[in-house]
Amino acid sequence: MTISANHTAPQQASMAPTGNALSETAKKFGISAEDYMLPARHQIEMVDPDGRLKPEGEQGTEPGHEYPLPGDAELLAAYEQLVVGRRVNDQNSALVRQGRMAVYPSSHGQEACQVAAALCLSDGDWMFPTYRDAVAVMTRGVDPVQVMTIFRGDWHGGFDPLKHKVGIQCTPLTTQLLHAVGVAHAAKLRGEDTVVLAMCGDGATSEGDFHEALNFAAVFHLPVIFFVQNNKYAISVPLAHQSVAPSLAHKAVGYGMAGERVDGNDVVALLAVLDRAVKLAREGSGPLLIEANTYRMQAHTNADDDTRYRENSEVAEWRAKDPVNRMRAYLTDRGLLDDAVETRIVEHAEAVATQLREGLSEDVPVDPQELFRHVFSAPTPQLKEQSALLADELARDAASASQEAGK
Amino acid sequence: MSPTITTSSEANGNVSAATARAAASAAASAEATGPQPVTMAKALNTALADAMHADSSVLVFGEDVGTLGGVFRITDGLTATFGEQRCFDTPLAESGIVGMAVGMAINGMRPVIEMQFDAFAYPAFEQIISHVAKMHNRTKGAVKLPMVIRVPYGGGIGGVEHHCDSSEAYYAHTAGLKVFTPATVADGYRMLREAIDSDDPVVFMEPKKLYWSKDLVDLAELRTAHSAAAQAGTSSEGRAAVARPGTDATLIAYGPSVPTALAAAEAAALEGRSLEVIDVRTIVPFDDETVAASVRKTGRAVVIAEAHGFASVSSEIVARVQERCFHHLAAPIRRVTGFDIPYPAPKLEKYYLPGVDRILDAVDDLQWEN
Ligand SMILES: Cc1ncc(C[n+]2csc(CCOP(=O)(O)OP(=O)(O)O)c2C)c(N)n1
Ligand SMILES: [Mg+2]
Repeated sequence: MTISANHTAPQQASMAPTGNALSETAKKFGISAEDYMLPARHQIEMVDPDGRLKPEGEQGTEPGHEYPLPGDAELLAAYEQLVVGRRVNDQNSALVRQGRMAVYPSSHGQEACQVAAALCLSDGDWMFPTYRDAVAVMTRGVDPVQVMTIFRGDWHGGFDPLKHKVGIQCTPLTTQLLHAVGVAHAAKLRGEDTVVLAMCGDGATSEGDFHEALNFAAVFHLPVIFFVQNNKYAISVPLAHQSVAPSLAHKAVGYGMAGERVDGNDVVALLAVLDRAVKLAREGSGPLLIEANTYRMQAHTNADDDTRYRENSEVAEWRAKDPVNRMRAYLTDRGLLDDAVETRIVEHAEAVATQLREGLSEDVPVDPQELFRHVFSAPTPQLKEQSALLADELARDAASASQEAGK
Repeated sequence: MSPTITTSSEANGNVSAATARAAASAAASAEATGPQPVTMAKALNTALADAMHADSSVLVFGEDVGTLGGVFRITDGLTATFGEQRCFDTPLAESGIVGMAVGMAINGMRPVIEMQFDAFAYPAFEQIISHVAKMHNRTKGAVKLPMVIRVPYGGGIGGVEHHCDSSEAYYAHTAGLKVFTPATVADGYRMLREAIDSDDPVVFMEPKKLYWSKDLVDLAELRTAHSAAAQAGTSSEGRAAVARPGTDATLIAYGPSVPTALAAAEAAALEGRSLEVIDVRTIVPFDDETVAASVRKTGRAVVIAEAHGFASVSSEIVARVQERCFHHLAAPIRRVTGFDIPYPAPKLEKYYLPGVDRILDAVDDLQWEN
């Protein structure tokens, strides 16, 4: 563990106020608590699909929902990660086609969300990702080959969650949101200023654990940011079958937390909104719910056939809103990106892709005895028996194989 | 406004469903006649369609079952044929799906609901354990819950975690749930029709490894046989099948393990040993009679299951056989099961799954005289 547990009673002074910090925050912005909780009337968007900065009046901001433009260095770093993320998504899909990976739920088209989710956090913060958030995990600094181990199929995960402060990628929908709440609650009791980013999809917001997590976070007044990537589909089921709320962000007010909507293909707006959310959460304003409006450009996974439930024309419309092209145009226009920088970034992306190809193409030898090693801290007598049984079987197999060979 | 569904469930005091079911022949779509190669998936899909034709109170719902036809395509075409009132996608919430089915069953419907994968039924546990299983008992039979919870289960398909659990023991352990699991294509059809007809809740466990396995079956004949049996009030519920007759030892298996047991029996025959294979078919109610009769005859038994062995359906079977056949046994009953570990990642599953060699090792261990 990298965090040293302090089992003495927490100092009262380190406890954030649990009273009406939300109202305090609203007051600071000069708006009512209700206006603070309700998302702005329009989603926050800063750079349009053609890469042009929107005039301030058209960015969706309003009093109490104001977002400064992130700094140049942050934007350039985000662009670099976008290019890497796109390359990784497409490399992985190719590896699946070649039979090198069992499955890959691609975030192609959602890279802006992936990158912003990682970049808004500090080293001491935590992230709780889903199966689709491999690029976010990588952007957070976890080794790409380790991230993809789950999809290569030799173990359920390949990195140490405690070391990176990233939960193991979670498949049972929204169950991880409650873990995020727990990590935040423990951090609060320990007097740490940790912020926790908890991720899920649009479909997942229908699950009971989504409700429980948001309510717990609000009642315990915890620094959790619930980040919903609304990519419009849950496998084949469109958003309209999940919710008829005005937006998913509107759910926040029902729990007594602040909600906001943001263009999920605009990394500039995403960073602006998430950076502020992290700051507010860290200052003690309680949890927030951010809905990113994006699109799943590819099938749910390689095993899915999306032509059964959506039109190509719909996908084409979203292709025009691509998050990577948009950012490239914007930064070029701003003079922050030239051919030399672009070349360096593309080389970086290519290096990561090569790392993945090499790391995932080799046939990693699996050790069957691993099956018994990690079920408990130490194997039970029964597991030892079962491990011996398997070892005996394999030894006999090997012996008869070498006998065959010797014939 | 779409037309109102007239309920025809006999379970909760409505119009007799049997009458409506007699009209089942309407279901016969244009099919080739005579035995054809048919997959388990197709047989299940046909059973659903036939049941929906037979009884307008039969409804299908769950995640991705509508437009997509289910991730395994078991509900393929049902929305197109029967409309969105009869086969529909719900919001993504398993407790919601099961809980709503309970309410619909209370109010005259026969819901057939799909849990997308074994491990994704767990959010519905509360509803299943506390309500589906107990409603009949709590109300002294006043409220019946004629519903089917379909659960694709088991491994052997190279799936990632949470997609390969053998979860049958949780349901079998819960008093008030019937638990069916077919191993052949014909049983897929027959048993699903019977599960839907049942006035008790049935957890219908579909071995996903067998979805694409084909047998030669005549669906039209199965349909006719089902109608005749339903009219006569007979059912194969609670009856195990002798999948392969034999004399020297009995292999007892269910669901995904039946083909493995049959392969082991085939291999043993080459070595001069005659193994009988029993396909349990319905875990609850359990067919003590067929299983005990076989073991009394052979005097030796091996129970095979993919699930972990500890506190499992396989341990229950061993206990029951021992209680009934002790004086006929020539050797302790052996089990070949999954290890007591979480289901492994794809590249390791072959070490976990009971295979022919492990079964033959267990058979060799049955204290043969020579
Ligand atoms: C509890 C649970 N139920 C069902 C599933 C099967 N499943 C996996 S992903 C998925 C769709 C999720 O959609 P969404 O939350 O919108 O995320 P996306 O895949 O679009 O990123 C479903 C139904 C699951 N993983 N967990
Ligand atoms: Mg989605």
